[in-house]
Amino acid sequence: MDYLRLASIFCAALAVSFGSIGPALAEGRAVAAAMEAIARQPEAANTISRTLFVGLAMIETTAIYCLVIALLLLFANPLLA
Amino acid sequence: MNSPLSSVVLFTIGPVPITQAVVTTWAIMAVLILGAALLTRRLDPVPGKRQAVLELIVITIDTQIRETTGVQPAPYRSFIGTLFMFILVANWSSLIPGVEPPTARLETDAALAVLVFLSVIWFGVRATGVRGYLKSFAAPNPVMIPLNMLESITRVFSMFVRLFGNVMSGVFIVGIVASLAGLLVPIPLMALDLLTGLVQAYIFAVLAMVFISATVEEGQPQATDAENAPPSKNKDS
Repeated sequence: MDYLRLASIFCAALAVSFGSIGPALAEGRAVAAAMEAIARQPEAANTISRTLFVGLAMIETTAIYCLVIALLLLFANPLLA
Repeated sequence: MNSPLSSVVLFTIGPVPITQAVVTTWAIMAVLILGAALLTRRLDPVPGKRQAVLELIVITIDTQIRETTGVQPAPYRSFIGTLFMFILVANWSSLIPGVEPPTARLETDAALAVLVFLSVIWFGVRATGVRGYLKSFAAPNPVMIPLNMLESITRVFSMFVRLFGNVMSGVFIVGIVASLAGLLVPIPLMALDLLTGLVQAYIFAVLAMVFISATVEEGQPQATDAENAPPSKNKDS
């Protein structure tokens, strides 16, 4: 019982911390590529930044999934109920 | 601290519990409907300032629909525009003190995602008939039918979790920072929330539009043949 509680808190932190590494790297790469594209073709900046925003939100979703899992573990843990 | 996954029940109508998010949703709906009715009551061929702003909003939504999917915006304008305006107003309703955005709760986002799921079916059936809609599941080839059926569920589920997670995490973080650091510290985070709210509303609307137009396009008679698809697309647009 107590171990379960400890483990779920630990795993919530683990999920958020490791789950945000991948999206962070991916968003960095996406923004860098978009910057390069805008520098090369400033007239296409509108389309590029729109696509960039949609893509960033898609990438960010993976981190958000981890956050939702962490919150499930902390606030709505089925094992502790 | 309250769990972000549970909802606060304010009162019950008969057996139905009415939560805080639902009351906020009703308020936003009333504001949007009354605002739209009052603002569009007298429309002139020569627009004044008020009408020019409204036309700007409509033209922006039209342009976005056309540029993201390449279809004529007229059949989709009302649904996509309403979706965008509602989510935007809901996300930004956190600016009013004491109001929590309804999109930060599970039920509102789930309802919006179900709406998108149903609208994909509705627009698909309306544009291409039941046969065309069913054919859109076998889009590249019939082997993909189970995957496409799975995808039609998971993509709206991911929209639901995306909107919920983004808005809820913003509200949650502002709450934590306000309780830890004091009154004025969370203001930069709230400014970031405004940007997140706008981007999420835009993405929700754009993704709904992309799903709808993909279903409509795949259900077209020629669309399964790769060589016939580009001419038919040019004819439409």
